[in-house]
Amino acid sequence: MLKKNKRNANQTTSKALIGFEFEKPVSELEGKIRELKEFSVKEGIDMSSEIKSLEEKLVSKKCDVYNNLTPWQRIQIARHPNRPYTLDYINMIMDDFRELHGDRRFAEDPAIVAGMAVIDGRRIMVIGHQKGRDVKERTFRRFGMPNPEGYRKAIRIMKLAERFNIPIITFIDTPGAFPGVGAEERGQAESIASNLEEMSLLTVPVIAIVIGEGGSGGALGIGVGNRVLILEYAYYSVISPEGCAAILWKDGGKASLAADALKLTGNDLLKLGVVDDIVPEPMGGAHNDVEQMALNLHKAIIKELDSFEGMSKEEIVNSRYDRFRKLGVVNEV
Amino acid sequence: MSLFGRPKYSKILIKKKDIPQGLWEKCKSCQEIIHKTQLEENLMTCPKCNFLYPLSSAKRIASLIEEGTFVELDKTMRSADPLEFLDSKPYSIRQEQTIKKTGLNDAVITGTGKINSLPVALGVMDFDFMGGSMGSVVGEKITRLIEHAIEKSLPVIIVSASGGARMQESTLSLMQMAKTSAALGRLRMKNLPFISVLTNPTTGGTTASFASLGDVIIAEPKALIGFAGPRVIQQTIKQELPDGFQRSEFLLDHGLIDMIVERKDIKETIHFTLDFFMSGKKKSSDNGNGKGELRELVGAHALV
Repeated sequence: MLKKNKRNANQTTSKALIGFEFEKPVSELEGKIRELKEFSVKEGIDMSSEIKSLEEKLVSKKCDVYNNLTPWQRIQIARHPNRPYTLDYINMIMDDFRELHGDRRFAEDPAIVAGMAVIDGRRIMVIGHQKGRDVKERTFRRFGMPNPEGYRKAIRIMKLAERFNIPIITFIDTPGAFPGVGAEERGQAESIASNLEEMSLLTVPVIAIVIGEGGSGGALGIGVGNRVLILEYAYYSVISPEGCAAILWKDGGKASLAADALKLTGNDLLKLGVVDDIVPEPMGGAHNDVEQMALNLHKAIIKELDSFEGMSKEEIVNSRYDRFRKLGVVNEV
Repeated sequence: MSLFGRPKYSKILIKKKDIPQGLWEKCKSCQEIIHKTQLEENLMTCPKCNFLYPLSSAKRIASLIEEGTFVELDKTMRSADPLEFLDSKPYSIRQEQTIKKTGLNDAVITGTGKINSLPVALGVMDFDFMGGSMGSVVGEKITRLIEHAIEKSLPVIIVSASGGARMQESTLSLMQMAKTSAALGRLRMKNLPFISVLTNPTTGGTTASFASLGDVIIAEPKALIGFAGPRVIQQTIKQELPDGFQRSEFLLDHGLIDMIVERKDIKETIHFTLDFFMSGKKKSSDNGNGKGELRELVGAHALV
């Protein structure tokens, strides 16, 4: 089931220690423990009790830091450069992945990957935003921001899956659809709008999982699922906190205030009904223990796939419609 | 007393307030002086240069629907501020002030009425209400309008004027894009036409959902229509944007809309189009359901 050592090569090579300001108490403590261990080995002095007490302190400190993260800090984790991306998960939890390319109209868009795969012996079609690990790949993948071709490729492959009764898994991880001249010329808005309409009519189950950044319409463009899950530290929002702050606070620097106001964390989204479940992450984020994360994700996907056993096509379409139909809160006087 | 005193001229004091204000206006585009009544009679189109001023939702409805036939749906629906959103002032207060200022309850008016003798379901967005942004109310009213049209077998027309999804309702606004688009999917399955009319400006989440899904898409001249705002694009590519970028004429050139129609001709164009599609429908014995019907037909053939 879980395959080790099959991760994207880039993932492991660039595993530099990237810490955030709010993680400082943790990294300081980790540094102390390391020093103490080295010292005790070098000098041959038994300091195991001191080390043990520090390690206990570290555990409680970690809980303290990571259980009290602000929404803005969670966004930093969701954007962490070592965070696993779509292809990392595909390689770790799926077999026989064969990538399918192109929208058959204009171009291939590497900001979205798609293909045939097998999970736990079952056929699935997998589609997801793909970010790059190094400068070159980041540019190639357009930072995970698709052009219209990406959305058109996605729906082409979803409809192919529908014809052969294959369930669809989508991984959402994008700052947003690409804001470019070419994208507008070729109908960025229309490509997303069409996907929303077409996905709502698919007769096979669609499981959408926000694995990192759920950036607005660019995320929703592959996100109309029967079930929508989110990873613990991932976020989903109508606009980036920076963009929201620039418009409403007239100051992009007020992003942390906007992040609070936008209610974009897993728990908030669960309350609003925008997501149906949260997939737990290792302490401090998926990048800290990628294998554990892959296991958690694998388990969540299998559970969701099982829940569609015996459902008719009509039930699949109607339950997806009803899921989105009830979203929104209004007052009727 | 001098022999030659200063002559006394009679003075007429003209008080400023005696001059009627606001009867005349300088056109923002051609700088010509235009009479306000003439502007209003001309559907807020400059009679000299055809510059389009924003048209309120009420005036838009009056310009399309026969007098006395419009029945508004969900008239009293208002936003509930589900996130208790707070920026420089609370969303609830912002909303109250906007309701007072505009006399509208939210950024769309929906209802049924007749275009000439043709019954239609019509939604008209109003840019005056928080930039025509789509939150839960706009999404819910549009979805109900489409569902109502499906139930009554009516064609749907939506006139858009919107800056996109409403930030103050965050992901709930985003979800309205999926909700309205899914409802249009059901309308399509019933073979009922949807005409989308795009006016200045239509951007963001509105363009990336129902506004782009028209069977026929009509735009007013020179309207700004797009997904990302021009400023965001400029910041991303760090280059000057092409002339006329994201204007109706640009979209027509790139194959994204069907036609550009002058404001005064929109009613006639909609009527022609709906009559063209719907007149066959009345005559056929059953009202087919599109994809499903075709599938059944193919299935039946396979059995034979």
